[in-house]
Amino acid sequence: MADKKERLFVKGNEAIAMGALAAGCKCFFGYPITPQNDIPEFMSKAMVEAGGEFVQAESEVAAANMLLGAGACGIRAMTSSSSPGMSLKQEAISYMAGSEVPAVIVNMNRGGPGLGDIGPSQGDYFQSTRGGGHGDYRLLVLAPSSAQEAYDMTFDAFDLAFASRNPVLILGDAIIGQMKEPITPREPKKVDPNEGADWRLIGAPVKGKGKRAHRVIKSLFLMDGELAGQNMKLQAKYDAWKKMVDFETFQVKDAELVVVAFGSIGRIAKNAVRSLRAKGKKVGLFRPKTLYPFPEKQLEKLAKEGKRFLTIEHNLGQMVEDVRLSVRKYGDSDLFCVYPGNMPSPDDFEAPILKALGRK
Amino acid sequence: MTKAKTAPKAAPKAAAKTAVKAAKAAPAVKSVDASGDELVFTRPEAMVDRATHYCPGCHHGIAHRLVAELLDEMELTDKTIAASSIGCSVFLYNYIKADTVESPHGRAPAVATGIKRARPDKFVFTYQGDGDLASIGMAEIMHAANRGERITVVFVNNTVYGMTGGQMAPTTLIGQRTTTCPGGRCKDREGAPIRMAEIIAQLGGVAFCARGSLDSVKNIRQAKKYMRKAFEAQTTGQGFGFIELLAGCPTNWRMTPVAANKRITDEMIPYFPLGVYKDLEADGTCGSMIAPGAAGGEAGGK
Repeated sequence: MADKKERLFVKGNEAIAMGALAAGCKCFFGYPITPQNDIPEFMSKAMVEAGGEFVQAESEVAAANMLLGAGACGIRAMTSSSSPGMSLKQEAISYMAGSEVPAVIVNMNRGGPGLGDIGPSQGDYFQSTRGGGHGDYRLLVLAPSSAQEAYDMTFDAFDLAFASRNPVLILGDAIIGQMKEPITPREPKKVDPNEGADWRLIGAPVKGKGKRAHRVIKSLFLMDGELAGQNMKLQAKYDAWKKMVDFETFQVKDAELVVVAFGSIGRIAKNAVRSLRAKGKKVGLFRPKTLYPFPEKQLEKLAKEGKRFLTIEHNLGQMVEDVRLSVRKYGDSDLFCVYPGNMPSPDDFEAPILKALGRK
Repeated sequence: MTKAKTAPKAAPKAAAKTAVKAAKAAPAVKSVDASGDELVFTRPEAMVDRATHYCPGCHHGIAHRLVAELLDEMELTDKTIAASSIGCSVFLYNYIKADTVESPHGRAPAVATGIKRARPDKFVFTYQGDGDLASIGMAEIMHAANRGERITVVFVNNTVYGMTGGQMAPTTLIGQRTTTCPGGRCKDREGAPIRMAEIIAQLGGVAFCARGSLDSVKNIRQAKKYMRKAFEAQTTGQGFGFIELLAGCPTNWRMTPVAANKRITDEMIPYFPLGVYKDLEADGTCGSMIAPGAAGGEAGGK
């Protein structure tokens, strides 16, 4: 097969499910909500065929807690949902972060607040990058802009989750989930059966050969100084993630104005930048692929070079705060919002980009 | 108890008799503690040697001990993964030597579902109070039971939220005063106390469901028999096992331990009748159960 790579024509949602399957995901806990239903539907069959387990949980609350149980056993497990369902999953996500349980969580962001709509939105940026539930914690947040990226990021997310003993979040939206595109799948991963052997729960041999103390996966630390120690440990982990930042740049080198956009909006903005470049406008694109850790040093460097910024988002202005924090020593960022409920096109972005470019 | 530990789980009764005979025949071996005194009552091996944080007269210690004795006797400790809950019993893992996940409030049956699906060869149990299980965790307990998850739930019902200081629980009796129903629970205002064993027994995936009590030696011995059956519902693959234990909370009932025991006898047992509410094995209907994941097989690595 090396001479001719297999290509598949699939929805972004299906690409995510396939990526998870190839990465060795063995348990999937789902609950129906639009626009992510293709993921649990795919997994309900695929998990059984792969000798794994699929559970349609009674709620998103329960699905996320099942993920906590499976992850604590050192099994590669996943759940997926969309915005209103993500609110319900936050309880277990906070526990997983606090007790350092690896898991992969997918949010195909839809419009909000409240029930919102079933169309695309990036309104969950804050929820995704600031933890989302109670307490101080972070998730590794990956934002795909194509079906291929959705596949690859999900495939890699399991390794990242286990390497860091932390939940990893894939933040897509209705555009990424529902759009059909060709993807090239990877070789299925051979998961090390000893993955997590030094912490996972498999039953404690409390006597005889191989005796060890029983293990507890917990987030309650009541003794004096215990919780502070745990929080310091978590912060050190989040700090260490900074070297893992990932991003795409397009026509940035000689650009006067850099458009900063992620996910589906990053891809639409790329078309607008391409079109304006054809008209001789010195504009470029910076697309963060990791939303946490955020590529702040890279943006700061561009600001130091004298470039100006326009953040385009499918929300009321969330990532712009991170862009402004990144470039604050040298400049600022303009903001163009696509309100959730509207579907943007590249043409919509040209006027605001030109306006920001013209504003000295 | 340490003698019965050697009994094979396939035929516990017969083996227990054999063990008793063997014990009679063998010369008595005396256990001696550090100070040279003879130990006539020892700690189960599955129990950690430390004082509990429970209040005087609290029944959690007894309930923990029953769990630990059965883990010993059924030789389950090294293959057990527990899901602890929120409330006084959150510290279960300080006392039971089993690998444990600390679950959010009420979610232990969902966490246990995840554990069991990930590692179907393990023995998985939850240990939950009445606030945890019958209030905030009602959805999780009902659906885990209905799916017939091969897990065992130990439900300790003391009619109050203990850890937080004695607030009204879904099981608080009519007229019972708590810090959030200071005038006494009123049926028209707060609803009637929920009887969980009766509800759980109605669900399709349940193989064994019973209610015992910890107010007397006789009832404790009976409760242990029920708990064994609830464990066996899982170890034999029949289905979901549920054991409710009526327990005392002298601190939050504002009673002496003796008066608390009497309250269980006089007030709780009449409203929460003891006994077996479902026993598929006795009914001979366990053959109709369909194992979850039967089409799939085992989830992952051992």
